[in-house]
Order: sequence, then structure tokens, then C-alpha cells
Amino acid sequence: MSNLLEEVYAIPGGEGVALCIQCGTCSASCPGADRGLSPRQIIGMVRADMREEILSGDSLWLCASCYLCTVRCPRDIRPTDLMHALECLAVRDGVSSKRTRTPLMYRTFINSVINNGRVHEAGLVTRFYMRTNPLAALKMLRLGLALLSHGRMPLRARKINGRRAVRTILDKARALAGTQ
Amino acid sequence: MRRYNYFPGCSCSEGTGVAYGLSTQAVGKALDIELVELADWNCCGSTPYGSLDVMGSTCLSARNLALAEKADGLDVVTPCSSCYITLNKANSYLKEYPELGSAVDEALAAADLEYGRGVRVRHLAEILSEDAEPDVIRSKVKISLSGLNVAPYYGCQLVRPRLGSDDPECPQSLDSLAESAGAKVIPFPLKTHCCGASLIISEESLALELIRKLLDSAQQNGAHCIVTACPLCQANLDAYQSRVNSRFKTNYSLPVLFFTQLMGVALGLTPKALGLEKNIVSPMKALTPYFLSRP
Ligand code: SF4
Ligand code: SF4
Repeated sequence: MSNLLEEVYAIPGGEGVALCIQCGTCSASCPGADRGLSPRQIIGMVRADMREEILSGDSLWLCASCYLCTVRCPRDIRPTDLMHALECLAVRDGVSSKRTRTPLMYRTFINSVINNGRVHEAGLVTRFYMRTNPLAALKMLRLGLALLSHGRMPLRARKINGRRAVRTILDKARALAGTQ
Repeated sequence: MRRYNYFPGCSCSEGTGVAYGLSTQAVGKALDIELVELADWNCCGSTPYGSLDVMGSTCLSARNLALAEKADGLDVVTPCSSCYITLNKANSYLKEYPELGSAVDEALAAADLEYGRGVRVRHLAEILSEDAEPDVIRSKVKISLSGLNVAPYYGCQLVRPRLGSDDPECPQSLDSLAESAGAKVIPFPLKTHCCGASLIISEESLALELIRKLLDSAQQNGAHCIVTACPLCQANLDAYQSRVNSRFKTNYSLPVLFFTQLMGVALGLTPKALGLEKNIVSPMKALTPYFLSRP
């Protein structure tokens, strides 16, 4: 298997990894850092080619995409985009962490878009909870009902006319990228 | 009258942010801003798509941008902070990464579309604070919201990465809009801190902790309501407020309005036109005095 650094480098958003001076500004800014590896650590580990620890770990998936690291990094690295690039690699290689449920939530979201051309929030949340933790779904019922009764959660998914066009575009893109 | 291509995004068009979409249209009309909804737009893919598949994500945005370019090429305006950065990111990736760009072109061509990279994407808050004249807004205010303490909450993706001209950590656009409506802006040091976004679904405990801090800071500083410019921020702070209360044994009851709802009240629009009945924590106690004083 090739070097992780080179692969990251080749993904849009990943090239900044080489410029990092390990100053830790991103980590000090990150709302998720105290629950997992910090962005600075992740970058250091990518450079040390610690493939499995990074791609199969939970930390990437704790990124809330708040972009605070990105506006503060003194080297203009865009660690947020780098997190996304690493997440893409983890999913492409099928090695993303099973302990965090974020990849599944993202996947459920994407499927909604591919099927309808739009994301259907009620369907997304229901499917996600049924697949991860039906008991938690019960706990969320009250919230769901509140949204429903306030007219904020239509049960039927809206499908756009151009959903076939959307599919055609995405299929072509996938063929060009040679993934999946 | 100014015209724009309007991109509501899934949440504001008929999802949890539907009141944002309604109040956006109502305020636009009151301020003579024409928002023409982009025909048959598709979901921008938001953070989830970009985190699993950069090329697919760029394609989704590019289809929308191509449709806008074909329509008339006017600026695309969205009220959703996530749509705003996602569509903008596609624009910059298409320019920065020519290889990605030509693959996206080829994919679009499979559906007989092309995108010449010429459409600008802007946030509604940017339009209302930069294109609309503050004096014009002030001249249309029918009910001054004096006495209402507002905590303007920007969250992340309206101001970061820096796409518009507002400061990424100490922005002012929503503050000025609230002030034009006559409200008092209270100090809110956490105004650009993160609410956890969609991690509220997959990492609830992390997100609830972030939301609790935001509610706490707004309340401590005397806010009567929080004002947001993002459907995800609003849902997290409003709909999940009761989850925060049960987890942390707190009893927050802070209304969370879209900034368009706040402006709409000042512009003399009705609660129904602004979708105020859709807010979970009812804002009516805070707002009723102003509705009663309607001319
Ligand atoms: S702020 Fe930038 S340079 Fe500093 S550790 Fe983070 S990524 Fe590296
Ligand atoms: S964008 Fe992600 S990595 Fe960067 S500070 Fe925010 S949560 Fe942390």
C-alpha cells in the first residue's frame, strides 16, 4: 500500500499537510479536540505514515466543520478540508471507524440526496436511528413529534424533476474517479 | 428592485428551517428584493457529501451553479450557512484544482449541462447588510423593537472560512441588522462558537455540551432571544433546548429566532407570514408587546 502522505497530498484539500509547523493553534481552537486526537496530532501522524491509527480512528469524525482552525492557521493550511480529505480516504478504503456513528449518518444523508435530489430530514433521522440504536429512537420521539406538530418535519420526501440528471452526473463522476 | 437567484436549500424550503424560508421571502418582499427561486435545484450535499466524496460533492453544487448561469447568471443567494459554504467551496475547488474541474465538466456534460465558473454565491445576511442600504431598512421599520435584548448568534459557516467581508471571529452584520430593527444587541462573547452542527445526530453528547454553553452565555448576558442565520444552528438551539434541559438539569426557555423573523416583526409583518408558530420555544411572550403596538 502506498504512502499515506502521498495519497493525502493528492486529494483536493490535502496538500497543506506538508506545510504544518505543528504550532498547535488549530488544536487549541478545536471544539472536538478534547474528545479525540487534535488536528495537530492528526497531521503529525499522517506525516509519520500512521495509516491505520488515523483512517480507522474516531477522531476525524468528531470534526464539526467549524472552520476555526482554518481561519487561524498561520500556514493557511485549511485543516478542515484536510479532515474531509482523510474522511474520504477512510471511506474509500472501507476502513472507517465502527465506533463512531458519524460515517453512517453521513452515508444515510448522501443516500437521501442520491435518491431524491434533496435531503429528507425526517427520513434521514429515522433511518439513522433505526440502524444504530432503535432505543435511542424512542428517546428522540418527543423531539420528532414536536418538530412534526410545528410543521417542521414533512413525512413525505420531496423528489426533484431532475433527479435522473443528478444520478447521471454522479454516476459519471464516480466512473471518472474510478471509485466504488 | 434588486434581483437574485434564490437557493433556499432543503432545510429552509420545507424542512426544519421552513420558517426561515417563509420569513426570507416575506422580508425580501417588504424590502423590494426579488428572490427568484432557482428552478429544480438539488441538495448541495452539505458537509456530509464533501466528507465522503469530494468529486460527487463538487458535482452536486456545480449542477446548481450551472442552472443559475443558464437562467441569467445573477448572484445566487442562500439563507443557509451550510449551502453558502458548500456552493462556494465548489466554486473555489473548480478553479483551484483543474483536474477536478475537467472531471466535473465531463460529468455535467453527461446531463447536457455546462458551468463556466461565473456565478457568485452569497449569503442572505450579506445581501441584507451590504446590498440593502441601512437607511432604507430603517425607513421601512414600522415597529421599533426597543427594549428587546438580542444575542446575535453567527455560528461558524456564515463567517468561516472568510468568504464575505465580515470578521470570522468578531462579525458585525447581524448586530447591525438587529440594531436597524431597533433592538438592543447584548454582548455575546460566544457568538461565533460552534453548535455542533449535524453531529447533534451522531455525537449528541458533544453537541449538547456546545449548545449548553451558548444558551448559558446568552442568558447570563440578559438576552430575551437569540437570533441566528442558519437553519442548523436554529434547530440545535431551539428544538434541542429541552434535551439540554433534561441532560444538564437546567431550565432554559430562550426563544431562538431567524434574523429574518426578527426583522419581519420590525417591518410590520404578521406572525404567520414569519412562521413564528413554528418555533419550538415560543417567542410570542417576548414579541407580543411589539405586535400589539402595530400601527
Ligand atoms: S495551526 Fe496550522 S501550522 Fe499550526 S499545527 Fe495546526 S495545521 Fe499546523
Ligand atoms: S473545523 Fe474541525 S478540526 Fe477544525 S477546529 Fe473545527 S472541529 Fe476542529
